[in-house]
Amino acid sequence: MIEVRGLVKRFGGGAPVLNGIDLAIERGERIVVIGPSGTGKSTLLRCINFLDRADAGTLRIGDLAVDVARATRAQILAVRRRTAFVFQNYALFANRTARGNITEALVTVKGLSKAAADARAEAILGDIGLLDRAEAYPASLSGGQQQRVGIGRALALDAELILFDEPTSALDPEWVGEVLDLMRRIAEAHQTMLIVTHEMQFAREIADRVIFMEGGRIVEQGPPAELFDNPRDPRTQAFLRRVR
Amino acid sequence: MKALDLDYMLGLVPVLLRYLPLTLGMAVGAMVMALVLAVILAMVRVLRVPLLDQLVQGFVSFFRGTPLLVQLFLFYYGLPQIVPAFTAINGIQAAVAGLTLHFSAYMAESIRAAILGVDRSQWEATQAVGMTQVQAMRRIILPQAARVAAPTLLNYFIDMIKSTSLAFTLGVTEMMGAAQKEAASSFRYFEAYLLVAIIYWIVVELLSVLQRRLEVRMSRAIAR
Repeated sequence: MIEVRGLVKRFGGGAPVLNGIDLAIERGERIVVIGPSGTGKSTLLRCINFLDRADAGTLRIGDLAVDVARATRAQILAVRRRTAFVFQNYALFANRTARGNITEALVTVKGLSKAAADARAEAILGDIGLLDRAEAYPASLSGGQQQRVGIGRALALDAELILFDEPTSALDPEWVGEVLDLMRRIAEAHQTMLIVTHEMQFAREIADRVIFMEGGRIVEQGPPAELFDNPRDPRTQAFLRRVR
Repeated sequence: MKALDLDYMLGLVPVLLRYLPLTLGMAVGAMVMALVLAVILAMVRVLRVPLLDQLVQGFVSFFRGTPLLVQLFLFYYGLPQIVPAFTAINGIQAAVAGLTLHFSAYMAESIRAAILGVDRSQWEATQAVGMTQVQAMRRIILPQAARVAAPTLLNYFIDMIKSTSLAFTLGVTEMMGAAQKEAASSFRYFEAYLLVAIIYWIVVELLSVLQRRLEVRMSRAIAR
């Protein structure tokens, strides 16, 4: 189980972007976070992976408990090695091929042999439908292909939790479908996922739980049918009216 | 006296070329050492290692802020008076050491800029997959920075080759020193110095061709 308690994050001296987030995620649970832009959804994901350092709060992943404000370098590394991150802008290693992007961390972080990492990459490339582009560099892949590699790189790590930070927001509309299809298949395999997205239909299909965030707080959460069809909080109702 | 004694010049070609290996040797030696030093200096600055960062800033500031000739004199003629151990250093060693320090300061700044020019998302991706800073630097960031910095570094190498001529002021008979000696005995200064200029020019032009080819190849490696 993964648990976030009292997470607070400020940038500079302004109002907190995260204002006391409490969140428990069961193994295999698929959670989608929705809400207006600038309400801290991405920051929440980035703080869980220490890409941004939260100012207060605790984080627990299985038996690993961390006070985020005082986390040591070793603890941060340990958290990152149990989680994986899919970036909005893909962030593929520009000097590595599709295959190399997947094997890189397997060799350097997981300590796999070159052969074992290649075998794993082969399987992942098959899963994401890019076996034929294995030796292509990111610059020559389409946005959709790049994001599939980004997801493949995250999958390869066997993370306890994969964080998806608006994985389709930077894509041309023509590539959104293939990325969502891949994520659907991952969800069906009961991978624990925390997804920030604006794809409401997708959220309704795959989420076990939908969280609505505004102003750095979780306003309302529940199963998709409940949250989308019978939102209780007026802020949720207003947001859903706007995005429909 | 004839305006230009071509026969004399031609006869001088093999004499001066004998010193080309020394000139190139000093340049290559200093370049390799300067490169290693520059990467270390750039790393200290990028990672903002406390204390060392300030020291490196001072080092870079001094070696960029003073003429190479002054540095060489300080190193070869000045330092042994204060630190007797330096008396053992000969002119070639002093020149190579001076060139190394001088160019490492410039090269460190180029490498640092190239590292900082690598997109932030590349750093974040290495962090997200759990790589250490050293792994990230060595495997993802530096290789990308190298592509950006390579043309500039090659420019410094070209500059370095030409700057080895200053070793002659430390009593080293390299190409420039040899030309000076020949000129002094024949009084044909124009021919000797023109020839030495032409030889430097040809070497640099050859390198420029190499530089252009390398640039094409490096840009191809990522964007295939």
